[in-house]
Amino acid sequence: MNNISSITKKELRSYFYSPAAYIILGFFLLVTGWIFGSHLFLMKVASLRNLFGIIPLIFMFLAPALTMRAIAEERESGTIELICTSPVKDNEIILGKFYSSFVILAIAATITIFYGIIVSFIGSPDWGTIIAGYIGLLLLGGAYLAIGIFGSTISKNQIISFIASFFIILLFYLSDKFLYLMPGWLSSILRFISLDYHFQNIARGVIDTRDIIYYLSIIILFLYFAKQSLTERKYE
Amino acid sequence: MIKVKDLTKDYGNLRAVDNISFDIPDSGIIGILGPNGAGKTTTLQMITGFMPPTEGEVYVDNLNIAQNSLEIRKKIGYLPEGSPTYADMNVVDFLYFIAHLKNVHSDILDKRVKDMIRTYGLEQVVGKEINQLSKGFKQRVSLAGASIHNPEILILDEPTNGLDPNQIVEIRSLIKELGQEKTILVSTHILREVEAVCDHVIIIDKGKIVADNSLEEVQSSFHNLTQIYFEIQADTDRLMDEFKTIPEVKNTQLYDKEANIYKLYVNYAKDKELRPTLYDFIKKKDWVILEMRRHQQTLEDVFRRLTEKDQEDTNE
Repeated sequence: MNNISSITKKELRSYFYSPAAYIILGFFLLVTGWIFGSHLFLMKVASLRNLFGIIPLIFMFLAPALTMRAIAEERESGTIELICTSPVKDNEIILGKFYSSFVILAIAATITIFYGIIVSFIGSPDWGTIIAGYIGLLLLGGAYLAIGIFGSTISKNQIISFIASFFIILLFYLSDKFLYLMPGWLSSILRFISLDYHFQNIARGVIDTRDIIYYLSIIILFLYFAKQSLTERKYE
Repeated sequence: MIKVKDLTKDYGNLRAVDNISFDIPDSGIIGILGPNGAGKTTTLQMITGFMPPTEGEVYVDNLNIAQNSLEIRKKIGYLPEGSPTYADMNVVDFLYFIAHLKNVHSDILDKRVKDMIRTYGLEQVVGKEINQLSKGFKQRVSLAGASIHNPEILILDEPTNGLDPNQIVEIRSLIKELGQEKTILVSTHILREVEAVCDHVIIIDKGKIVADNSLEEVQSSFHNLTQIYFEIQADTDRLMDEFKTIPEVKNTQLYDKEANIYKLYVNYAKDKELRPTLYDFIKKKDWVILEMRRHQQTLEDVFRRLTEKDQEDTNE
């Protein structure tokens, strides 16, 4: 077994041994169930579109909550010294942490397929759009988590890690929301770096390689920042 | 085995470790002694590759830590300060996890974990979560983790800190046992620990080495005087002055005085035997000797003198 999978397994175990995973998944189900249910029963709309509209916002809280302990807790408890003095590379530590949080996020996303099944009984949803939506959610969630892992390296304090990650995600999410105030050259840049803009493209059912490359770039960039931040190790 | 050359570490404006160099031989237990904040932990963190030095070099088995960090980490078992463990894991899971991280080969993995459980007496707690264990057991679990890959070198940062006296004795005897086949570097601020387990001692104060010698040499380096402790009952106010009339006596120190009972130290050159003279002198004065013994200088005395001397140097 290599180092990354050892760390991933260990992290997954501690998510499920503590209440963390259950609380986060429970919270996610509660909010999505409420949104889905209210649209289905009150507005009589048998669609996942609203869900795909709201999940990026829920992930904005969920992803930093999943990742805030990743490195911060290791630093707080001193176990960072155990792991960093083992023959393990810093990027293996970061990747192990990223994969484990991604698994939890993917479980959360997968559970919502249940809503899709309900919809398919009472209507005729466009499965192509739904599958594209899920691909978009996983890419978007991955980008959030990479930012969250980076946020977790900058402080020993998990609350600070959470807030920092949330703030960075929010900046990237909102960057295309005020384009009408911006000069033209800037607005195209701001639109391109927006996490939401690319998700909307994918959620419409159009899987464009540019959108996929964008998310993969964000993931790689922030995991690289996280690795650098861990390597700096200004721990005192 | 370990060679440290001109090692320096700055935290901002604070120089935590100041240009230290030392060599650690291939076997034995070496103590790094110093008060809290002397730079012990920082030094160990640089040797283990946890953080890079500001300046200087570390070689382990002739490999430079800057270039061969991963290779060196395989040779070292490190017990960080406070013996951190993953509190939510149980003992066996923790040992397997650490064994995986230390690249213990899967053929010997189960055997190594079993060996560690036996060596460190963990049989009765294997299934328990680490946060349910007593401090002594936690320490053993940490030590088991540090030595699970059978490293040539063990680096232990304050391994007995926070333990009760029985646990301290247990951990010390474990360290002594391990020291028969491995090189062990133990940092501590407890002098008795060094006296109890180490063959060699490096004393660090304010980031600098103030002594680097075998335990006996360090203890005897300040032994150019013989010191005799007296408790004397005498009806005189001039007892201290009377002693000074003996020409061979270098100096005297009054330790305590209650009514007519004096407690004092008399110092004279090590190569002389003055005890009969002192005895005759007191007998002639008609004083009563309640106690008379040679005072052994402890490492504590040496340590205090070394670090006080350093204080004076800085003041100058």
